[in-house]
Amino acid sequence: MNIELKHINKHFGKVHANKSIDLLIASGTIQGILGENGAGKSTLMKILSGFIQADPGSEIILDGKPVTIDSPADAIRFGVGMLHQDPLDFPPMRALDNFLLGLPGKLFPNRKEVIQDFSLLAREFDFSIDPESYVDSLTVGERQQLEIMRLLFLGARVFILDEPTTGISAIQKEKLFATLKKLPEQAITVIFVSHKLEDVESLCDHVAVLRAGELVGEFKPPYSTQKFVETMFGKMVTLGERQSAVGGGDTTLSLDNISIEDVRLKINHVDLDVKAGEVIGLAGMEGSGQDLFMRACAGLMRTVGGTIRLKGQDLSGKPYHAFKKAGVNFLPAARLEEGLVPGLSLTDHFVLAEQPTGVFIDRAAGQKLAEDRIASFNIRGTPLSTVESLSGGNQQRAELALLQSPLSLVLLEHPTRGLDIESVIYIWGKLKERCRQGASIIFISSDLDEILQYSDRILVFFSGKVSAPIDAGKTTVAQLGQLIGGKGWAEMGGINA
Amino acid sequence: MLKGRLGNLVFQAIALALAFGVVSLILISLDASPMDAYKNMFVGSVGSVRKIAEVLVAFVPLLLVTAGLLVTFSAGLWNIGVEGQVVLGAIATTWVFRYFLESALPPALIITLAILGGMLGGALWASLTGILKTFGGVNEIFGGLGLNFVSTALTIYLIFGPWKRPGVASMSGTVPFPDQFSLPQLTDLRISPWALGIALIAVVIVYFLLQGTYFGLKLKAVGRNFRAAYLLGIPTWQYSLYSFLICGALAGAAGAVQVAAVYHRLIPSISSGYGYMGLMVAMLINYQALWAVPVAFFFAALNIGSIQLPILMKLDSSLSGVLQGILVLSVLLVAGARQKFTKKA
Repeated sequence: MNIELKHINKHFGKVHANKSIDLLIASGTIQGILGENGAGKSTLMKILSGFIQADPGSEIILDGKPVTIDSPADAIRFGVGMLHQDPLDFPPMRALDNFLLGLPGKLFPNRKEVIQDFSLLAREFDFSIDPESYVDSLTVGERQQLEIMRLLFLGARVFILDEPTTGISAIQKEKLFATLKKLPEQAITVIFVSHKLEDVESLCDHVAVLRAGELVGEFKPPYSTQKFVETMFGKMVTLGERQSAVGGGDTTLSLDNISIEDVRLKINHVDLDVKAGEVIGLAGMEGSGQDLFMRACAGLMRTVGGTIRLKGQDLSGKPYHAFKKAGVNFLPAARLEEGLVPGLSLTDHFVLAEQPTGVFIDRAAGQKLAEDRIASFNIRGTPLSTVESLSGGNQQRAELALLQSPLSLVLLEHPTRGLDIESVIYIWGKLKERCRQGASIIFISSDLDEILQYSDRILVFFSGKVSAPIDAGKTTVAQLGQLIGGKGWAEMGGINA
Repeated sequence: MLKGRLGNLVFQAIALALAFGVVSLILISLDASPMDAYKNMFVGSVGSVRKIAEVLVAFVPLLLVTAGLLVTFSAGLWNIGVEGQVVLGAIATTWVFRYFLESALPPALIITLAILGGMLGGALWASLTGILKTFGGVNEIFGGLGLNFVSTALTIYLIFGPWKRPGVASMSGTVPFPDQFSLPQLTDLRISPWALGIALIAVVIVYFLLQGTYFGLKLKAVGRNFRAAYLLGIPTWQYSLYSFLICGALAGAAGAVQVAAVYHRLIPSISSGYGYMGLMVAMLINYQALWAVPVAFFFAALNIGSIQLPILMKLDSSLSGVLQGILVLSVLLVAGARQKFTKKA
């Protein structure tokens, strides 16, 4: 199926997520969509698959016919099917039942007939899924296979795959790619969304690169990794002179051979010593392991091996409250979900963050504390403002103002995401102040410029692999971009994995 | 413009009018005059000192339960199990009275012990719900509901088993306690000023607990955002458990008053549905402790006033329940509509 996207625009409030994108995808090709987090890939794909609707004026043309896609069911009717990063299936049900779901119009499906079709399809693609097995007993790879079969059965002529190689084994990936390469023979169009350069290079006939909501480049083989990285991350924008490390203080955080794992990822044997005043930036695509690493440093996640020491004190296996008591503060990215309490005022927050032990609230002291913090963190709000009434930037400042004193280690997730440049500079000013007072900082950011600008050393994460610390003064956006995309790891040496 | 205090009042008035409107329609469909019904309920509840005393008898346990529920609501918990906590308070109070039946201790001391015992019983029963939630992953709504059934069964078992009247067991409950085990009442009236005092003190304490203490502030933080409260360093599950204990103790006090000041024995329906009614009052007043007093009084008055309906108008007295239920629904409905309306504007 031919797909023509014309002037696709999408606003979310003030955010312009897709900026007049024009893209032509020919029938029977595998089209790659590359871009970093927040580049607008998912928005574009969600528009095509009916999960969200584009702004008026945008046009989707399938095989020459303009269409309006109002829902995912609509999309399937037009032949557009999407495979989500986390398979949207029903784990407590049988594979066959999943298969039957979404079949239109039949109150009493003929199971026998469907089992036959199921087996036929499975044989064609060399899948070995028992139709009677329960979905939660399948691997992520097999669940993908099930989804592919289901979409084919529903008559999909366009397959959209969103980061399909996350969380599956190398063998399953090969099988997936083999399957995908068979689809164009049947005039099925495949759209492959990924940030993994290698996957895109080995699979796609065409590649489109998005950056900040815009289509910034289209490529045909032979591909150049260098070119991809440059297009994905753009030219280096300088935020001013880099500030070097505050100085070689004592070691605050010391990680000795730690291993962390959750259902998706395993991080093995990481060693790291962080000095007082040092800033460590964690780079990588979302979900590459940096979030697990940070939560382990905060005591929110148990490590499965190794020791964590803070200023010599062994904290391995201790609960979060012990970490907090020892001088670790963690500021999560989801401000209103994890960081702040909607419905409570700024004063309430500052009072609570001081870990009060008395019985009766000292209103006057709380008021004064709030006024001081509001002034010194330049928060636009009053002591009685509830946190949800503040703007994002002011919520971020409020979170920073909750940091206790003194501190040994500050852990930040996306400290400046969604903030204007003025707020970014202000917030980093405050953080560097903490460094001068002897705290170490570890932060996650998807903004490579921010990482290069404010870190002393950088750890890059890719699928649970962790790089050796990289000196921020001696690396470039291009090198980091390659590492984030999973390239150049062999040459680096000294990898922590 | 429709914001702030004035806006609140306007919307509450709309909700009130809506509730009375719907109930009036029901009455008209039954060929009864709504005005007569409301008048009878009014006269039947606050028409005389004796009637007001009757209303206060219902008001005391309702206020105690509501005060307790304000604490669990603040912690973000739906303590449906409050009904069972009232029952267990009553059972524990009965147990203490029975234990000291032959004792030579001063009655005042025994009554005090019995009420404290009731509070302890309610608190322990509530802690079961809390423990099930914290350590067993059982939602407090399901845990509480299950324990409510268990508490009813336990009451019946005690009345027909170990605590049955000599001779033949009966639904009328256990053997009434001697007069000295009763909370002192006003002459000729059924209301005990002591019970009224306990309830009013409880609501004042809860008000200050929630408004003026670090405990209350932490509780609210836990209730509004469990995750953020944890990250802020508040021991979250402990605070959830504390709130269950406090609510259980106050519900237990309500059960104790039912035994020590109203029925003077354990009867099968000792909680009289005050737990569920308290949930309605707590929802209606939306965290504001001081409103508990007038609203609980209003609900109690509806209950007592509706007793007149079968006698005077051949209507069922459950009309009060219908009115209370519709009132809560319409307040929630109007609040929801208002939110949608102001969001758009």
